[in-house]
Amino acid sequence: MTAALRFDPIRLPEKCEQLRKEVRAFLAEEIAAGTFDPHTPNREDTDAPEFSRRVGAKGWLGMTWPKKYGGQERSFLERYVVTEEMRVANAPTRRFFVADRQSGPVLLKYAPEHIKMDILPRICRGEICFAIGMSEPNSGSDLFAAKTRATKTDGGYLINGTKIWTSSAHIADYMIAIFRTSQPTKENRRHGLTQFLVKMKQPGIKVNPIGQITGQYEFNEVVFTDFFVPDDHVLGEVDGAWKQATSELAYERSGPERFLETYYVLTELVRAVGPNPDTRSAEGIGRLVAQLHTMRRMSVSVAGMLQAGKEPVVEASIVKDIGTVWEQQLPHRVRDLAAFVEETATNRETLERQLDFAIKTAPKLTIQGGTTEVLRGIIARGLGLR
Amino acid sequence: MAESDNIVVETAEKIFADLADPQTINNDKKDAWQAPLWRALSEAGLPLSWVPDDLGGSGASLADGFALLNAAGRFAVAVPLAETMLAGWLLAQAKIASPEGEMTVLPASPKDRITLDADGSLSGRARGVPFAKAAKHFAVLAHGKDGVSIALVDAGKVRIESGLNVGYDHSDTVTLDKVQPVTRKAAPKGFDQTTMMLMGGVARSLQIAGALESMLDISVRYSNERVAFEKKISKFQAVQHNLARLAGESAAALAAATSAADAIANASRFDDEVYLEAASAKIRCAEAAEKGGAIAHQVHGAIGFTLEHILHRYSLRALAWRDDFGSESHWAVELGKLVANRGADELWPLVASR
Repeated sequence: MTAALRFDPIRLPEKCEQLRKEVRAFLAEEIAAGTFDPHTPNREDTDAPEFSRRVGAKGWLGMTWPKKYGGQERSFLERYVVTEEMRVANAPTRRFFVADRQSGPVLLKYAPEHIKMDILPRICRGEICFAIGMSEPNSGSDLFAAKTRATKTDGGYLINGTKIWTSSAHIADYMIAIFRTSQPTKENRRHGLTQFLVKMKQPGIKVNPIGQITGQYEFNEVVFTDFFVPDDHVLGEVDGAWKQATSELAYERSGPERFLETYYVLTELVRAVGPNPDTRSAEGIGRLVAQLHTMRRMSVSVAGMLQAGKEPVVEASIVKDIGTVWEQQLPHRVRDLAAFVEETATNRETLERQLDFAIKTAPKLTIQGGTTEVLRGIIARGLGLR
Repeated sequence: MAESDNIVVETAEKIFADLADPQTINNDKKDAWQAPLWRALSEAGLPLSWVPDDLGGSGASLADGFALLNAAGRFAVAVPLAETMLAGWLLAQAKIASPEGEMTVLPASPKDRITLDADGSLSGRARGVPFAKAAKHFAVLAHGKDGVSIALVDAGKVRIESGLNVGYDHSDTVTLDKVQPVTRKAAPKGFDQTTMMLMGGVARSLQIAGALESMLDISVRYSNERVAFEKKISKFQAVQHNLARLAGESAAALAAATSAADAIANASRFDDEVYLEAASAKIRCAEAAEKGGAIAHQVHGAIGFTLEHILHRYSLRALAWRDDFGSESHWAVELGKLVANRGADELWPLVASR
């Protein structure tokens, strides 16, 4: 018996490569039409509703879900290809990304049928945007310290309290949030939280933008005041959200977005260095590419586990730990090498502009969606240390 | 490639468990365990796994052989198993039959070159040749004016200056001075020294990944036994996070190495995609050997720094294996050149090629 985790070599099947060509062709058309500039990740407004609809029309949202909900019943590996191609192209995925990755699967598992029939097809068509309401002013990594109350009333619940760091809440149509329905028990401090579907853009919800150090306004404070949520918007077991959170994590933590967030600076460095690099540049690029390749193999391997119906929570945590530390360091390593790029390199300004943004982005990468410390705790538990 | 995936690995693991138990062989100052282990491995046909039946081997698949090397890494086996396998594989490329007994390959570094003279003799010097001292024969890749040749050379014909690598295994300098080989044939079209180095590098990557798996195991076990400040050290968050990082390094090494092995096992030729896989495996596994090994030692404290403890059998060998068939910095430079030469817009298609 060994403690080591296996990441079997998974190869993308032939149909994925066909799909990849389609996605690349689609993105090339969008770029040509001026929808977005692949060299400019630091757009102020990353919301692109029309683009989102066109991606939906291609059948690339909710593509693993049942057909009766608008899905395509395609594999996780196919979804993987769409996700990584969008990410590498710096496509504006903000409007649909969370719904496609996370919120849709939660609804599929826990929402009542009529809600699934209502909402899931709209996600698939790229019409609606989701936010995730987890963190609160005094509850970040420690999810189970959440205090925002859901008080039982006739036909539903009244919500009072504040969520914070909520990405996309300012454009979101829905939020999947956890609220406190009971106090924790002595035996189980995780008891008492319930997962809810919340319809946004209604009285009783106030969304206050929060400026980020990148200069963007992508996360928010969301204040609930006597906001009513009907009974059929409870997702899963009342007081039992803690049982539902874990399987979601494997989807959330192992995807290509967990190591490709700053990838563009590597491409731009290779462009700046040109076809005949000096030894130092070649060595630096070679190492970064080897590390990138290894992470992608691990990440694809986890997608294969998900496709096989497993719940690789520890494996996914390893991918996110290594992947986010890497994408955080990447702009700094590229900066090291950029110092030796010839003054005459034609993309020098682009590279500098990108580095400026990537360096400002870097600190959040090991915080969002589960901090490095939380991930290492999960891995340690997997090793039998806790 | 965990235990018992296939009969080759099962057989090997049984032999390793019986005859190469790390604690037992670590206590054996005269290395008396080596001969019985080699005999058992040979009787099971394992050193010639990659040699087809008609060339004197046992004809296992490339995939099974790679899994065997991973298992050998888990036991930090210090006999020329990987080297004989590679030598047999190299000879088989030119349809040269393998003799019995220990072998190794020449050269073992991308920098060294053996030349074939017009009279059919071989000359040159190869440094850092693993287990040259133990070898009865050498499988040699040589450059002549008509291209690349593969040759079988009798160990009695060469000069050996013996040395040890940081893992205390033989890593010797071998000099050939107008040596007439036992057999020599042209290498197949497209087969060159780089192909051989990539193959050797993947073999070492699998061994490093195996050693890291064992380092993780013994470190986790030790942390659950050792008490300090009145509790098991596994209960300290700082220790837990170190071990989580070791698990990550071990997983990354295993993923990179098994992926490269799979790529080679299924490739018809060593194209850019296979090059990416094999070079990346060596680079990433070498990095993991450094980072992971340091954590394993940190968790063990002073006891892990003693000759009596088995940890160094894994940690030092993993570090030593980095040097064979091109170090990680060598491959990083080569991979970086390849990427730069393909151009920026061809980087992602290369990475996403499979």
